[in-house]
Amino acid sequence: MAERQYDWKAIAKNPKFVELHHKKTAFLFGWWIFSCVYYFLLPIGAAYTPGIFKVKMLGVINFGYIFALSQFFVSWGIALYYSHVANKDFDRLTRELIDELHL
Amino acid sequence: MTMKKIFIAATLALSVAAAAFAEEQKAAPAAAPAVSAPAAQGAAPAVAAPAAQLNQSQAVATPAPAKPAPAKRELKTNRTITIGMFMVIIAITMGVVVWAAKQTKTASDFYAAGGGITGTQNGWAIAGDYMSAASFLGISGLISLYGYDGFMYSVGWLVAYITVLLIVAEPCRNAGKYTLGDILSFRTSPKPVRAFAALSTVAVSTFYLTAQMVGAGKLMALLVGIPYKMSIIGVGILMVGYVVFGGMVATTWVQIIKAGLLMSGAFLLSFLVMIKAGFNPIGFFSTIVNSPDIQDHVSKLVLKDGVILAGADAGQRFLEPGLYMKNPLDQISLGMALVLGTAGMPHILMRFFTVPTAQAARKSVIIAMFIIGGFYVLTTLLGFGAAIHLTPQGITQVDPGGNMATLMLAQQMGADIAPVFGDLFLAFLCAVAFATILAVVSGLVLAASAAIAHDIYVNVIKDGHADQHEQVFAARATSFVVGACGIMIGLAAEKQNVAHLVALAFAVAASGNLPVVILSLFWRKFNTAGVISGLLVGTIASIALVMVSPNMTYPKVVAEGAKKVVVAMEKKQAALPAGETLSEKDAKALAKAKVDAQQTGTSMVGLEKPLFTLKNPGIVSIPLGFMAAILGCLAFPNRRSEEMFDEVYVRQNTGLGMAKAVEH
Repeated sequence: MAERQYDWKAIAKNPKFVELHHKKTAFLFGWWIFSCVYYFLLPIGAAYTPGIFKVKMLGVINFGYIFALSQFFVSWGIALYYSHVANKDFDRLTRELIDELHL
Repeated sequence: MTMKKIFIAATLALSVAAAAFAEEQKAAPAAAPAVSAPAAQGAAPAVAAPAAQLNQSQAVATPAPAKPAPAKRELKTNRTITIGMFMVIIAITMGVVVWAAKQTKTASDFYAAGGGITGTQNGWAIAGDYMSAASFLGISGLISLYGYDGFMYSVGWLVAYITVLLIVAEPCRNAGKYTLGDILSFRTSPKPVRAFAALSTVAVSTFYLTAQMVGAGKLMALLVGIPYKMSIIGVGILMVGYVVFGGMVATTWVQIIKAGLLMSGAFLLSFLVMIKAGFNPIGFFSTIVNSPDIQDHVSKLVLKDGVILAGADAGQRFLEPGLYMKNPLDQISLGMALVLGTAGMPHILMRFFTVPTAQAARKSVIIAMFIIGGFYVLTTLLGFGAAIHLTPQGITQVDPGGNMATLMLAQQMGADIAPVFGDLFLAFLCAVAFATILAVVSGLVLAASAAIAHDIYVNVIKDGHADQHEQVFAARATSFVVGACGIMIGLAAEKQNVAHLVALAFAVAASGNLPVVILSLFWRKFNTAGVISGLLVGTIASIALVMVSPNMTYPKVVAEGAKKVVVAMEKKQAALPAGETLSEKDAKALAKAKVDAQQTGTSMVGLEKPLFTLKNPGIVSIPLGFMAAILGCLAFPNRRSEEMFDEVYVRQNTGLGMAKAVEH
């Protein structure tokens, strides 16, 4: 299959690519670390601060239950937010970069 | 085509051999398909992951305070309806295979469905690939017996997908082709890297597959009374059939169908539970707290830790952490293995090669996250619903690990409408469990075969010089052999304790595969030496730690525990008024303990007691895997790998020069 040859080094130095790379790295690793911290608070909190988890909030429903349930919504929230940013920002930058290269 | 004829002949041969084998089995006396509560060691492995821990706690929990001996509960399936539903599933999936086989012509079709799966389809397929019987039956069982801890346990299985979404899905779509080896060998020496990547893929898939096969056999025996060996062979033949003839297209659709069935079952059952609760969540939880059976169950659980609780306090305790997860480090270690391991699972990674673009890969993870997360949220309702309507005591009578809770709930909820609905609903959920097993094992066989056929055969042995026809043939032949090995292992492992194998698969993926995938994609200096040392150390460390962990059986430890039971039971007997004897259950426990107390010897690797105290090795093996990958790479720097980083990095971010999934 005849594949088009690209000058990878030049693309890597292209300002558009550098911008894409910086934005993506900050976003992806930042939110990944946030989600990990948020997640590990659950087992750590349940083990070392059970008192907080037992505080009743809604009828007999306690903080621990709401916190565990919130994990689902936080994960979905991050996923949707990422999809929004990626569709709007990252994909647009990528398209602009590719258009520039083909011209 | 001659090739197809060979496979059909081979499959027939296999089934005939299998039938003969099964016949022989039937003659053996000790086949016990009866649906009675099996002993702890038999029941727990049925549903791998959560049972991993259960298995242990049960070993300790045997001396439970005497329960009143009520009438024995059994889970009775209507065999005609259940087998009928199984047949419907087999018929539908076979139709899919015939349709898929027609469009599987090239290697790309076989491994990646020609890149023609849409984001939405792939999202459902990922969910179908991922949610094993352990999620379906095990987690709701955990919740029904241990309340809050079961729910907490389910969270990690979803959070894991954040790593998949943010770190691996899109770069892998852009930088890979069919396998893990494709991603890793891009800027390294392809042959050694592919060989090691294939080894690690096969290791992970084998661990996971063994757990699934043994679970499948036990489950089928329990549900419809098909003997263990017959079940394994039946499931095995179907799985081989799907993969060999239909490749990725058939596997994908089996997974989509399964995910659809699973979600419908879970929705319907949750809906019935919510009707009973009057759609009032606060009332639902109040019912739990005020249930005398749950209160009694919890007070017995905490009594083992020397805590005395009764009444509403005991009921409330069911909604608080710590009834099941006794060791926080183990829990954190498992969390690490899940969060990092899911993204290193070869059968999950492989799903991203089936979609045409990075955008579709992104969309598929997000859809999968909503399906998987939604399912686990519903699981809470099912687990707590089972605790309310069936009582924990009733659930443990059928299966001490709680694995049957969802199925029992379905039967009861259906029967409350009309008896025939009970049978129908139960049969439907059994069919869902059956489809679940088929979908997961097919994905695993495909991933393992791709590693052997594409990485080892085509790229290492044939230097990449194999035409499409030869590649597809190699892929089909390998799938056949891998599937046959899967059946053999499943048959051999019937009596083995396999519950820890799922946790082990995740640990190996997290400690071996994931570090090298991340470093390959994001670190300029990464090279061949790093890949090999990372894969080797991560994999070996996880396996070695599990071999010396409490997951293994330590006869002397078992004997110690049994001695305590003997003492406790004899005390109890002494305390009874003259002339009375222990209840039947206690007497049995005493007899068993007396036998166990005589056990002596050492574990598989010759240890008297565990060297490593955690059941999940992740917390140690993951950092080791990362360190080995980094150190190995720094010790043997390679200029070519560094120079090629720009190319990898631009490719994975932009998709430029992407291996065209559709080759014509």
